[in-house]
Amino acid sequence: MPDSSTATGLHTGAHNPALLHHFAEPEQQRDAASLGMWVFLATEVMFFGGLFCAYLVYRRWYFPDFAAASKTINMGYGATNTAVLICSSLTVVLAVWAAQTARRTLLITSLILTMILGLAFLGIKGIEYREKFVEHHVPGASFSFEKVPIPGHPDEYANPRHAQIFFSLYFVMTGLHALHMIIGLGIFLWLLAMAWKGRFTPEWHTPVEIGGLYWHFVDIIWIYLFPLLYLIDRHL
Amino acid sequence: MSAHSSASASATSSPLKGYFAVWIALLVGTGLTVYAATLDLAPYNAAVALGIATIKATLVALFFMHVWHAGEKLIKVVVISALFFLLLLLGLTMTDYAARLWS
Repeated sequence: MPDSSTATGLHTGAHNPALLHHFAEPEQQRDAASLGMWVFLATEVMFFGGLFCAYLVYRRWYFPDFAAASKTINMGYGATNTAVLICSSLTVVLAVWAAQTARRTLLITSLILTMILGLAFLGIKGIEYREKFVEHHVPGASFSFEKVPIPGHPDEYANPRHAQIFFSLYFVMTGLHALHMIIGLGIFLWLLAMAWKGRFTPEWHTPVEIGGLYWHFVDIIWIYLFPLLYLIDRHL
Repeated sequence: MSAHSSASASATSSPLKGYFAVWIALLVGTGLTVYAATLDLAPYNAAVALGIATIKATLVALFFMHVWHAGEKLIKVVVISALFFLLLLLGLTMTDYAARLWS
């Protein structure tokens, strides 16, 4: 192995202890980690994309029933949750910036604030789900959507079977999103523990950066879910 | 190399102002979406809602997820290919269903 001597020769000098030996420089190591996260997020785009595709097909077929079903969801909860997630995205970029600039107090505060906002999102979601259970709008044996008028056509009622498809998509899409939020909270709890121990430095804070990418991605999914599920034909 | 040095240069100057500006823009966008939903824009309600959502998502990706300043060009390739395949999925499916319901 003629190359091994030169390879070890390259690594005999003092270098950043956070730099793994198979990377040439810290930038390369950081870019590789980010790239890996972005490839994972691309698979997540396709994962949610299938659900968005199913939503579009059924929305096209059963638009009046979708509009009637969408109107029974509390728009205020959805809008509040959108604002909550946007604020949590701000606290995430603040956390990344704090890690880059070695501000430990700001890093820990931002991570805690992000988790509080994430829990607030799930709490509001829980209240919303509870209402749907009380109203028997959860797909299944006890589903009931009788005599709900179609927006703009007060003399016509929505087809309960078609409305049930809307609620199936609503629960699967918001449920999968909520599962991502719960996983995100787990990641941020771990980041908080690492930050508390002082593991992150301006040279190495890759977990904060790629954990942040994940959180922002979950925010982007919600940015699309909100108008698609909560705001169909609200003006009628 | 030049990409790396420009990325680290932008990291040293404080980006906080930009972060707060994007945050305000996202909140305004949310308010606009809710307001636009109460207006009767005939067939354009969905287009306006999705347009605002896309602007918000783009802001998050470019500035909060640092795609704009990404030193590694491969990240941009991954983002664009993810969008391309998503549009392929949605576009081809919808043209199929649109053409199927003509009878």
